[in-house]
Amino acid sequence: MSMQIARSLDLRGLSCPLPIVKTAQAMKELSSGDVVEALATDPGSVADFGAWCKSTGNELLEQSQDDGVYRFVIRKR
Amino acid sequence: MPASVVVLGGGVGGTLAANLLSKELGRDARVTVVDPTGMHHYQPGYLYVALGQANARWLIRDERTLLRKDVDLVIDRAVRILPDAGTVRLEGGSLDWEYLVIATGAALAPDRVPGLVEGSHGFYSLEDAQRLREALRRFRGGRILVGVAGIPYKCPPAPVEFVFMLEDYLRRRGIRHKSSVTLLSPLNRAFTIESASKVIQPIMEERGIGLTTFFNVEEVDPSAQIVSSLEGEKEEYDLLVLVPPHAGRPVVLDSHIGDGSGWLPTDRYTLQVGDMDRVFALGDATNLPISKSGSTAHFEAPVVASRIAGLVRGTTPKGNYGGRVMCFLETGRRKATVLRFDYEHPPAPPQPNLLWHSAKWMFNRLYWETLPQGRLPDNVPLPIPTGRSDPQRSQP
Repeated sequence: MSMQIARSLDLRGLSCPLPIVKTAQAMKELSSGDVVEALATDPGSVADFGAWCKSTGNELLEQSQDDGVYRFVIRKR
Repeated sequence: MPASVVVLGGGVGGTLAANLLSKELGRDARVTVVDPTGMHHYQPGYLYVALGQANARWLIRDERTLLRKDVDLVIDRAVRILPDAGTVRLEGGSLDWEYLVIATGAALAPDRVPGLVEGSHGFYSLEDAQRLREALRRFRGGRILVGVAGIPYKCPPAPVEFVFMLEDYLRRRGIRHKSSVTLLSPLNRAFTIESASKVIQPIMEERGIGLTTFFNVEEVDPSAQIVSSLEGEKEEYDLLVLVPPHAGRPVVLDSHIGDGSGWLPTDRYTLQVGDMDRVFALGDATNLPISKSGSTAHFEAPVVASRIAGLVRGTTPKGNYGGRVMCFLETGRRKATVLRFDYEHPPAPPQPNLLWHSAKWMFNRLYWETLPQGRLPDNVPLPIPTGRSDPQRSQP
């Protein structure tokens, strides 16, 4: 499985629901199968990204946290 | 020589900051407010206009009557801020300043969503609210969708308040059984703040108000009466009510002092703009990750006034904004709840009741005589709980 990141989104400092809105906007411009990386600092984004991926059918490949920065790797449906 | 302080914008924040500065500094400063219309709107009232509960006259006053006598008012539009020169260019001239307060608010940018202008109603300007009132009067039943077409937007609870009050309205008109009301949410809950959603959602269910989750509006097709989302969903409507996208003011963009959307990079505690130590911002114009609302501006204005007063007097500037916001949230049937929070404490809204509904009405009535003049205490002695301190919330 290739993990080439098509686009990286810096969503640090943005508060809910902007990280989800910006990710939804970015996904729109990509093709099916493309992988996006999103970095966020809003603690609420953990639950929001999980639920958003589940609802939209996009695949949450990875999720991690490092020093207050949450990283999400998502593959477009 | 008195220090010259220019305040751009005569909304809640600008008016209050100007009055506090003039009160605090007296003859040590010359305070001038610049506003393009010279008319002050009580924007929370638009909601009531749309639902036929208030008329426009109640919402507008002459800015001059809200300012202290020693504050000058210039009715003109600021077009360019020149921080190095200490000047602001107006359409009809220019003003020099030693200290500048930018309280220019947010602009509505409905044309950023294709089809929105033609296909959607709104209540974020007086004209839109009046148009919506007429559309509702003609409405005989059908599917109403309410949502947000861009983030950030002013007064985050307003769309939720609108669906509850609309449900009341349809019931009063006797057309509730022929109508459906659905809230389109960008998230998987009715409101961004989770504790508030937990209070709101059961009431929505009880009233039969629908909720469509993860619906980030992309475009409107006015002829087919369909709104579609970035997530690829489509919803049909008979009446669509969307909060339009917001953006910073052209003067901020044209002066190259804001971010790409025109919001001012503002220190979350001191409210200083970027590295300009004599320029401050407050209210909707900032890029702060906190509600764009009159309440925010209300709590920020004393900080800006105190900091500028310190600079003028040559003392250490005091006062920090802690992210405080307090707002009522109407849930219909003469009930409301209240949200109080700051950078570190999430809100813990009480169950809606008549008390908070009455408090909101009282505030609506008292506004003109209290808030712009600085007569409302900063520390409102009301028993409103907040959640436990969450240090993660304070992370920038």
